[in-house]
Amino acid sequence: MTPFYILQTDVPEVIDRIPGAYDHFILPYCAGIIFCLCWLGVGLVRVIANLSSSDRKALLLSFVNPVLIWKNLKDIFCDCLLHTKIWKRKPLLGFMHSAIAFGWFLLIVLGHLEVWLFAPRHLYLDNGSLFYPIFYRYFIWMNPGHTTLRGSLFFFLMDLCLLYVLAGIGLAIFKRFRSRLLGMKHTTKPSLMDRVALYSLWGIFPFRLLAESFTADLAGGSFLTLPANALLRFLFGDNLHFMPWWWAYSIVLGLFFVSLPFSRYMHILTEPLLILLRNAGIKVRHPRKGYAEAEIYACSSCGLCLDACPMNVQKKNLRFSSVYFIRFLRRHNEKKVNRIADKCLQCGKCLALCPVGVDSPAIRRRQRAAYNDRLAFDYSALKAPVPGGVSGAPVAGGGTPAPAGGKVMYFAGCMSHLTPRIIKAVLEVFRKAGEDFVFADENGGLCCGRPLLLAGKDRAAKTVIEANRKMIMESGCTTLVLSCPICLKVFKEEYKLQGIEVLHYTEYMDRLVAEGRLTLRKGEGSFVYHDPCELGRGCGIYDAPRRLVEGVGQLCKAEKEGDESVCCGGSLGSLTLSYDDRKRITAGALDNLLVNHPDRIVTACPLCLKTFSDASSDVPVVDIAELVAESTARV
Amino acid sequence: MIDFGFYLTPSSTIDLDKVDRKAVDDLARADSGIRTCIACGSCTASCTAGVFADTSVRQAILSVLNGRNEKARELLSSCMLCGKCMMVCPRGINTRHLILSIQKYFDGQ
Repeated sequence: MTPFYILQTDVPEVIDRIPGAYDHFILPYCAGIIFCLCWLGVGLVRVIANLSSSDRKALLLSFVNPVLIWKNLKDIFCDCLLHTKIWKRKPLLGFMHSAIAFGWFLLIVLGHLEVWLFAPRHLYLDNGSLFYPIFYRYFIWMNPGHTTLRGSLFFFLMDLCLLYVLAGIGLAIFKRFRSRLLGMKHTTKPSLMDRVALYSLWGIFPFRLLAESFTADLAGGSFLTLPANALLRFLFGDNLHFMPWWWAYSIVLGLFFVSLPFSRYMHILTEPLLILLRNAGIKVRHPRKGYAEAEIYACSSCGLCLDACPMNVQKKNLRFSSVYFIRFLRRHNEKKVNRIADKCLQCGKCLALCPVGVDSPAIRRRQRAAYNDRLAFDYSALKAPVPGGVSGAPVAGGGTPAPAGGKVMYFAGCMSHLTPRIIKAVLEVFRKAGEDFVFADENGGLCCGRPLLLAGKDRAAKTVIEANRKMIMESGCTTLVLSCPICLKVFKEEYKLQGIEVLHYTEYMDRLVAEGRLTLRKGEGSFVYHDPCELGRGCGIYDAPRRLVEGVGQLCKAEKEGDESVCCGGSLGSLTLSYDDRKRITAGALDNLLVNHPDRIVTACPLCLKTFSDASSDVPVVDIAELVAESTARV
Repeated sequence: MIDFGFYLTPSSTIDLDKVDRKAVDDLARADSGIRTCIACGSCTASCTAGVFADTSVRQAILSVLNGRNEKARELLSSCMLCGKCMMVCPRGINTRHLILSIQKYFDGQ
């Protein structure tokens, strides 16, 4: 038993056990890490070189902006090491990821700290800084009876971290066979190189434990390695069998680093780069180069998007999930990439659930645009609507004077014109609130441009957007109310309407209620609210519609809601999804909504309303505007 | 030409020897909707662009079937892909994909 105090201060605590601090067993590891670093360097140059010059400038500027520096550090720490995003949704899975990432990180940092404290000259490149801190326990001999409290603390911490990582690895191995118990229904099929990297990753820490245990009586250890050392000595009769284990440890490390650039584990090293690029405000411009390349390599292929994708109510559609889209992009498999890109509903759930934040819907749109943007179009005959219809006069609201807020414009959009019940209800609410408003496209208007953007016809979309924008800016309105979330998203993101507030009608009605201009009568009915993709995940509006529903009745919960809400299946995002596949998605979405047996389904999107109305035979589907209109008395 | 006692106006005449059936077959492979269409006209009735310009999926499909490829292309050039036709189609045709397929097929011809 070694005492935890200093006997003689002039005697060194750590003595070099191996003269020259070198042994051949480090070679596999060194080869692996050197190869990996070279590969990374080339990759980094490629990504930066493929950014546009303005994006490069934005990236450089982000490095001197204190707010962004803090955000970068925080995001890298929380996302790459602690994996807070996974913790929030699936705690066990979060523990597994953070144990491996943060635990390994701590092992590396503490290992270097130990070397810095006890053998600082080995932190120089000519003294083996590349491998010495990794295999520190092999090279040293603890002077018996001279271990300080400081040294013991490090032994304890290193063993604790090793246990932490081993717990994560244990869960990971368990997950490979029983993913459902960790909250994942489907997991990805690993590719060959994924398997090589995976099995070497599984091997690294058990081999490290064995190797350090064998030398624990020489190099020191704590609660994990010392008992293991005693056990091994008991099993083998002596402790001279350590060499194979240090070789094995080095070989699996080397193998892991060699396979890393070709496997899913590339995300460990690419994610920090992606965070830097994203925080600098860089957007995806090309489906394969620059920012997209960083996203492709940052994808951890974890498969959380498999359970997220609404298409996967049918198992045959698993292959169209984001994880496989990214995988085929990485492999330059153009044919499969195009097929998968066109299939996606653009509901954005994979992005909402992605722990890395890979915006694969955006990459898919860029992939679509790569061909479709070239297609010819002729919009010369189309005219932007005249606000107020052919009569040209604004539709006055019930003779009440206009409120001080300024003029309000209502833009219904194509889909609302297909579901006139929404328009009727919205107009009724406008009149009941005594709002002075203009109905922009009462007699037909232009499309908002979002469906064209979703199909990749960017130039055509720009033409339509410009015409609508001119009409709105010239009308002199200060508030624009929309009844279609598809329109809302593009109006907010692409129209650049300076000085005009763009609101969805749920936000607008919620405000009317808050201002006391609209009074809701609370009834008996129970409702479930369906978050439309473009309204919830697209524009982040979750609370206003719920407040309105709670104002008129009892709000039930759906199985999955908020940013995990399931697409209704009617989305304009998909270009190739068949009618039958859509019907299956709608049925799945309805099952999700009806778990708590509500009286009615409420939604806030004309497309969802139409899709659900066609499919739901037992439970009636209504729009929030209808609900508000029927339970409002005039103030 | 044999005199049947009646004739078609030249603009409505379809000369089956000159009609390009290859376009129909290729497009049917790209999207079977071209064959499932019953020409009910719901798409045309609900068309957003149709208010301003001569836009019609129904007519475009018929034009392709009749070998008037240029006409089909013109009829769809003002389409904004808003998707209303897809929502109203009683045959469940993915009209947006069909329109894009036709545009792609005749692109550059």
